Amino acid sequence: MSMLTVSGSPHIHGDDSTKKIMYGVVYAMIPAMLVSVYYFGLDALRVLLIASVACLFFEWVIQKYLIKGPITITDGSALVTGILLAFNVPSNLPTWMIIIGALVAIGMAKMSFGGLGKNVFNPALVARVFLLISFPVQMTSWPKPQAIINGLTDAITGPTPLGIVKEGLGAGKTMSELAPELPDYMQTMVGQMGGSLGEVSAIALILGGIYMLVRKIITWHIPVSMLLTVVIFSGIFWGVDPEHYADPVFHLLTGGMLLGAIFMATDMVSSPMTKGGQLVYGFGIGLLTILIRMWGAYPEGVSFAILLMNAVVPLINMGFKPKRFGAKPGVVIKTS
Amino acid sequence: MIGTVKTFSLGGVHPEENKLSANAPIEKIPVPKQAFIPMGQNLGTPSKPVVSKGDLVKVGQLIAEASGFISTNIHSPVSGKVLKIDDIVDASGYKRPGIIINVDGDEWDESIDLSDDIKEDIELDGKEIIEKIKEKGLVGMGGATFPTYVKMMPPPGKVAEYLLINGVECEPYLTSDHRLMLEKGKEILIGTRILMKALNVNKAIIGIEINKLDAINHLNELAKKYEGIKIQPLKVQYPQGGEKQLIKAALNREVPSGKLPIEVGCVVQNVGTAFAVYEAVQKNKPLIDRVVTVTGKGVKKPSNFLVRIGTPLQDMIDAVEGFPETTGKIINGGPMMGKALISLDVPVVKGSSGILLMEEGESKRKPESPCIRCSKCTYVCPQGLEPFLLSKASKLAKFDMAEKEKVMDCIECGSCQYTCPASIPLLDYLRLGKTMVGANIRNRNKK
Ligand code: SF4
Ligand code: SF4
Repeated sequence: MSMLTVSGSPHIHGDDSTKKIMYGVVYAMIPAMLVSVYYFGLDALRVLLIASVACLFFEWVIQKYLIKGPITITDGSALVTGILLAFNVPSNLPTWMIIIGALVAIGMAKMSFGGLGKNVFNPALVARVFLLISFPVQMTSWPKPQAIINGLTDAITGPTPLGIVKEGLGAGKTMSELAPELPDYMQTMVGQMGGSLGEVSAIALILGGIYMLVRKIITWHIPVSMLLTVVIFSGIFWGVDPEHYADPVFHLLTGGMLLGAIFMATDMVSSPMTKGGQLVYGFGIGLLTILIRMWGAYPEGVSFAILLMNAVVPLINMGFKPKRFGAKPGVVIKTS
Repeated sequence: MIGTVKTFSLGGVHPEENKLSANAPIEKIPVPKQAFIPMGQNLGTPSKPVVSKGDLVKVGQLIAEASGFISTNIHSPVSGKVLKIDDIVDASGYKRPGIIINVDGDEWDESIDLSDDIKEDIELDGKEIIEKIKEKGLVGMGGATFPTYVKMMPPPGKVAEYLLINGVECEPYLTSDHRLMLEKGKEILIGTRILMKALNVNKAIIGIEINKLDAINHLNELAKKYEGIKIQPLKVQYPQGGEKQLIKAALNREVPSGKLPIEVGCVVQNVGTAFAVYEAVQKNKPLIDRVVTVTGKGVKKPSNFLVRIGTPLQDMIDAVEGFPETTGKIINGGPMMGKALISLDVPVVKGSSGILLMEEGESKRKPESPCIRCSKCTYVCPQGLEPFLLSKASKLAKFDMAEKEKVMDCIECGSCQYTCPASIPLLDYLRLGKTMVGANIRNRNKK
């Protein structure tokens, strides 16, 4: 007889793993990656590669030389952060800035907090906001998407639809005057608009979202509550004054809204643990996003909104407990 | 037509069923040469031997009696001579007092009805039934081994409205209840009627998961003859065999936290117990044998055995054509809640429902990695707890917090740990938390 193992129950495991979840997220990002390469060409590939490799590299260096602990770069979490970082920057961002972004994401936002599972803020978003504040010019000059077939050189840069609206309305124009400059719905669905790498194509992002839902990597609660809040809130203002407020569909399909709702706000580590808490969290993100988009200094507010709500997660977790079994008093029994 | 299929609403998982022995009819295996009978076979106080070295005993003769309220009588499962009263290693791995009997022949106590006739009429009244159940040493056969008669006596002020018979058998691999329902359906139904009479209830529900459709159909057919017994089909969902989950599934009643099923008017007994009740009350037979599943992916002939209490596990392994070379773990019970054994030199006891031999490859735990806060443990917890939080509280010795977050509500079903993608041994920590919080509560109550 060989050596017998003795351990506590349960003796079987469902076979899910961190690795499977993380690579599941990577697979879910493939459509958006393909679209980004299609529209932004080899530059998109460069950003994706540099961001991913840099994130993996920094995690390895920190684990090997600073923490001197186990190396876990194959668990897929650093790769997810790398791709998300790439998704959140323009395709023409200089290589060295991407590397700084990766260092901020992995070094500051993830490993300083204790590594995987311990970070309060979404690492890729921390890096994005860091870059936005440090290099505002480079972070807001977006190459216009042109299909790969149209050649890759001398990409023309231009503002994002949200930028056009913010600036236009600020300058006293009305929505109807701005309409010719904005992409139509079809264009925003497929990704033909200015923006960061991964945020342009609604279809690609939704595909990824459905994949993650089916694989039970995410639940619907955060994206639905966030997007519903955006639709209702922006809808009210648009309904009252359509000339000075963009319509809800525009809000849904432009900027980082879907990227944020599907891939960033749903990050398990930095979002609430219960479904009730997740609904509140999604609501908060939606509300803050619209507040920033309408009245803030920046045209886009998704990243700030998610980071702000990240900070509230511990509180939400305290306030929203799962429905406990047997919490309500039992039924009254009639004596026969 | 089996009617509406129900289930419980909160959490749950669906592990691979692996009911390898589902089609193996119950077989008797030979009486052992030596029987090892531990004195602690029930939840509560161990029994006290009433025989001494050298005594001759018959099958069914009382050899140890209950000591205290939550305790049971033990009867000799074999005939022969008491070799000694000594410490024997039981399934817990510890040495515990027990009686060792050298078997000689198979002579039964005359008071036991050994005929195959099915006795339908219930002659005893409620009080006598409970007395009989107590006298014949019956315990919960599902594994919890709580003395059956204690459950049959609702505390003052509480009234039973429903009797629930647990035929769920939600543990993967195990099939002893399934086979019993197929082969001893009538006896189970009569046993149910007996329990109903003792409890003075007119409604009984037998809950069975629909992976045992043959048992559902069979009992449905038979139950037409027995008033007040309903067969309730249930969706396959672990841990539906948990008392609280079964009551929720069948009746949509929620046993309040920290309370017993009687709080919502229910008494739950296992199908195996219902069968034992039939034998005790109608045939005057004490609990001296039971059905045990012997199974595993490497086992040549996964089987269900009718085996005497006190039979060494090795005898059953011999009966399935030997111990597979590839075995890496021996489990007493099912893979979700069973206990790992250190050897086969332990006897079958009243609570043994199965022996599972796991292959070497599947017996080791996966390495633990950091919690990724995916919440999956929370989603699957049938008690609505937050296992990630409770395990962390226990690990950090924050037992007050664990208590506040209801660690005592944990039914140790293992669904959380089964699900955790980080392979964190959540239940190890939860058990620690329960032990410490339980001690704290007892200390407080003393003051
Ligand atoms: S073992 Fe306890 S905490 Fe884990 S799922 Fe079961 S009841 Fe919940
Ligand atoms: S299932 Fe495991 S990894 Fe997920 S939250 Fe629970 S303990 Fe953490």
